Amino acid sequence: MDYFLELFLGGLTRGSIYALIALGYTMVYGIIELINFAHGEIYMIGAFTALIVAGVLTLMGWNEIAILVIASIVAVIYSSAYGFTIEKIAYKPIRKAPRLSALISAIGMSMFLQNYVLLAQTSDFLPFPSLIPQFEFLEPYAHIIRPSELVIYTVTASVMVALTIMIKFTSIGKAMRATSQDKTMAALVGIDVDRVISVTFIVGSATAAIGGVLIASHIGQINFYIGFIAGIKAFVAAVLGGIGSIPGAVLGALVLGWTESFFTGYVSSDYEDVFAFVFLVFILIFRPAGILGRSEAEKV
Amino acid sequence: MLKLRSAKALAIMAALVMAGAVFVSCGESEKPAEQAKEAAPAKEEAPIRMGVAGPHSGDLASYGIPTVKAAELVVEHRNEMGGICGQKIELIVEDDVCKPEIATNTATKLVGEKVDFVLGHICSGATKAALGIYKDSNIPVMSPSATNPALTQSGDYPNFFRTIASDDAQARLEVDFALDRLKLSKIAVLHDKGDYGKGLAEFAKAFLEAEPEAEVVLYEGITPGAVDYTAVVQKIKNSGAQAVIFGGYHPEASKIVTQMRKKAMDTIFISDDGVKDDTFIKVAGEYAEGVYATGPMDTTTNPMAVMATEAHRQKYGEDPGAFFLNAYAAALALLNAVEKSNSTDYDDIVNALRTEYVATPLGIIRFDERGDAIGVGFAMYQVQNGEYVEIK
Amino acid sequence: MRVAEELKKSALVSIWFMFLTFPIMVIRVNTIYNTVEWRWLNMALVGGGSFFLSMLWRFMIRRKERGKKKAEIKDGVQLTLIQRLMQNRRVTLSGIVLAAIFAMIYPFVFSMYQTSIMITALIYVMCGLGLNIVIGLAGLLDLGYVAFYAVGAYSYALLNYHFGISFWMALPVGAALGFMFGVLLGFPVLRLRGDYLAIVTLGFGEIIRLVLENWNEFSHGPSGIANIPRPSFFGYDLSLQQVTIWIYFIMIGLVIFTIFVVGRLQNSRLGRAWVALREDEIACQAMGIDKTRTKLSAFALGATWAGMAGVMFAAKTTFINPASFTIWESVIILCVVVLGGMGSIVGVILGAMVLILLPEYLRAFSEYRMLLFGAVLVLMMVFRPGGIITNVRRTYRFKGKATTDGSSA
Repeated sequence: MDYFLELFLGGLTRGSIYALIALGYTMVYGIIELINFAHGEIYMIGAFTALIVAGVLTLMGWNEIAILVIASIVAVIYSSAYGFTIEKIAYKPIRKAPRLSALISAIGMSMFLQNYVLLAQTSDFLPFPSLIPQFEFLEPYAHIIRPSELVIYTVTASVMVALTIMIKFTSIGKAMRATSQDKTMAALVGIDVDRVISVTFIVGSATAAIGGVLIASHIGQINFYIGFIAGIKAFVAAVLGGIGSIPGAVLGALVLGWTESFFTGYVSSDYEDVFAFVFLVFILIFRPAGILGRSEAEKV
Repeated sequence: MLKLRSAKALAIMAALVMAGAVFVSCGESEKPAEQAKEAAPAKEEAPIRMGVAGPHSGDLASYGIPTVKAAELVVEHRNEMGGICGQKIELIVEDDVCKPEIATNTATKLVGEKVDFVLGHICSGATKAALGIYKDSNIPVMSPSATNPALTQSGDYPNFFRTIASDDAQARLEVDFALDRLKLSKIAVLHDKGDYGKGLAEFAKAFLEAEPEAEVVLYEGITPGAVDYTAVVQKIKNSGAQAVIFGGYHPEASKIVTQMRKKAMDTIFISDDGVKDDTFIKVAGEYAEGVYATGPMDTTTNPMAVMATEAHRQKYGEDPGAFFLNAYAAALALLNAVEKSNSTDYDDIVNALRTEYVATPLGIIRFDERGDAIGVGFAMYQVQNGEYVEIK
Repeated sequence: MRVAEELKKSALVSIWFMFLTFPIMVIRVNTIYNTVEWRWLNMALVGGGSFFLSMLWRFMIRRKERGKKKAEIKDGVQLTLIQRLMQNRRVTLSGIVLAAIFAMIYPFVFSMYQTSIMITALIYVMCGLGLNIVIGLAGLLDLGYVAFYAVGAYSYALLNYHFGISFWMALPVGAALGFMFGVLLGFPVLRLRGDYLAIVTLGFGEIIRLVLENWNEFSHGPSGIANIPRPSFFGYDLSLQQVTIWIYFIMIGLVIFTIFVVGRLQNSRLGRAWVALREDEIACQAMGIDKTRTKLSAFALGATWAGMAGVMFAAKTTFINPASFTIWESVIILCVVVLGGMGSIVGVILGAMVLILLPEYLRAFSEYRMLLFGAVLVLMMVFRPGGIITNVRRTYRFKGKATTDGSSA
């Protein structure tokens, strides 16, 4: 039973990590129906920015909490800026082109960003300072749950709630929903569609950056390639939950995290990724709308 | 006191090496005199061409660049002393990005450039792909880093040599150490699904299964780059393993060790040359303490190794990278073979490599029939107080 | 006035990019040795570079929009010079003859190394032409194309290893296995929408690679299979030089065969059905085209060529391991197709030559290879979605009974 519980918590951690990335994916997809391959790279850039800031501040001798806060804020700002810029360069000019073009452009962007970081920084793994402090009250449970895990759970849950509130109740959220349903109509009733899309990218990238900082300090090291695999997994999670739906993304991510964890625990981790992909194929074939998504007939 | 002594030893050794190089050159030709004379005039004009191949760009560049630097240092030093019999040595450096398909083109290019021998390639896969081409063109190849056992043990590549021990030797050492020294019986074998790591793990598993008292309680591949290894770590815990033998590189090793220790597990961690890297200690920090790793025998007392490292620091302003000493030794061995045989013919070089001993940073070595270096072996190290210490 | 406006805009962009790239480009922190390096020069480079690039960018965007308007006014297909030349029979014919002569004498004029990289480029031409069927004609984005390439390569390597099957036997077998896998994998996924299809094929590509990596008993795992024989020449032993030339000519033959088949397919009933399906699925179904079968045939035919190219790849490198078949290999092939021009045969050939040969000759810049590939994908999509040589669709014009001219190009 203990083993089960441990695997369950491990899956929860993994799922929460995927969820932080999947949220951005799902938001962007919900609005412009584009698989933003570069999203994983934004997460990676967030982590790198945090690493750089933390590195510089550590050398200056700041204290840990201050470093954590400042590094996170800078990472969020920069990731958002990257998200914003990427949209302007790679997606906006081809918004009216066939979907295939946008997808190819997204792959190109992802490749470009990976190699940009590789060339400008390094190909080696860099140790990421563990920014998350040790909590005293967790000491007795140290063998089951670590502080970084607890932080990840809480942050994921609060980000999800915040995003849901934003989309449900704020005016920009309303505009987002309108845009995702019908861009032309939204524009006709006075919504600045360009602005809404930009905001979506910014918010999505900001969540990815938060994910980047947390995951990097959880796993302890990063390199330029961490974004790609995590991005693909997060996409699988988003599809699983029903792409376009915020709670769906989190649920999908958790389901994926648990299945991977239990599969590793009870079967083998040799085929862990294979399993995730097979899972995706089955979901797409039998329930393309995902767990929480509405299935809708394609409009003619 | 100690410092003074080692400095003195270094000076003596350096003098010896240089003297040896000067005196030996051209003198000890094994060929009949007239033959040597015939060949001599032509050789004096054309330099000896040494190809250097490996990944020099892309994500694996950090494994290939140190070899280029080693070759540069050796050749520069040699040319300053007048080359071999007055012949200068020229380097032809080509990138293979560690990809087999590019490595074949690289090899063809080097063959086209008429190199006399090649230092490289770095990755086992690329080496295997390129070797066929060198074999058909009668070019000896010496790798500082390709550890795949089949390269020498299959007998397919008579032109291949290496200055690093093969994976099975490492696995053997790890298994023997775990069973005989640490008296363990329940062992989990993990690998990173890569060429190097999985190959090693396969050997370790086979060796363990051959021992009646040992039991492999878990054999598992982990996914490199995964966001979290909790599940695997739990599985190790659940399997009741006393020790983990891990085949792979330090990024994954440090993640697993860190997660294990943070979960308050004190399972012994034994790993390989890919982990016996100072980066591992720096990344894993306090959690690295007590980790065992195999690595090339301690070279810090070898004056040539000290000299080579010092020369690297002076020229490039930093500590040498991966496989630097192996590459340095390989370059020395190749040049030595040319010098001793006084020829750049394939048969002569190969013969000299197999018969002549040469002093290198790895010790005094020569090569066996299969191409493995005699005198290059592995030792077990443990992280003690933030440093790898050899366990005698 | 306008100039000032432009300069201001560019200056703003330049400042924005200096800000954006500041942490990654300027600061390099080594958390292992705790050192920080400040590279201010990079900042200046980014600033200056983005200043000019942003001007160029806006100029190109404006030109593109003007071009679009012009096309709308003229109401007709506008042909570029190359396209016009390509439609001129005499020019095409002499072009083909020249290319043929060049191809024939190439290995005898240039060194073995040149021939060797030309073979690599030709393998990519073949893959590109195969993928072109899937992406260019049928409009299905296949990101797991390299899986079929792996199937071909491994089928030769394994069949040879276990049963000693020769290259010439393996070539059709590889093609057949590629086809089979195409059908097998295509069948469940082709019902999916465009972007889901992309991600699922990506998944399949990774699955095949991971299986090859993990299943040691079957595929020899990550250490790969070595000593795959090169193609034999009627039982003669060839030297390395000769065999390279021999492979080169086999490749030329295969490429010609591919061009012939793809060319014929393009204008066949099936080919037109692909293009129609790409443009409008629903209209197609209404017209009675069997959607699943048509898509499946494109997918499987594309896979067939990948299988053949895979066999060639294994025969050329003589060593294969799963690391050669990553998703990035798929992306490079995609790049070839996109750069050359989706749907255009000449374009794909040109694309492969540019993308594969240039980095070989410009080895000093090889570090930037993947970076540039990424940039090429984005820029091509933004400015020239049709590729270097945009495919001209055959148009049929109805001119009434008086002038029974039939169809004209």
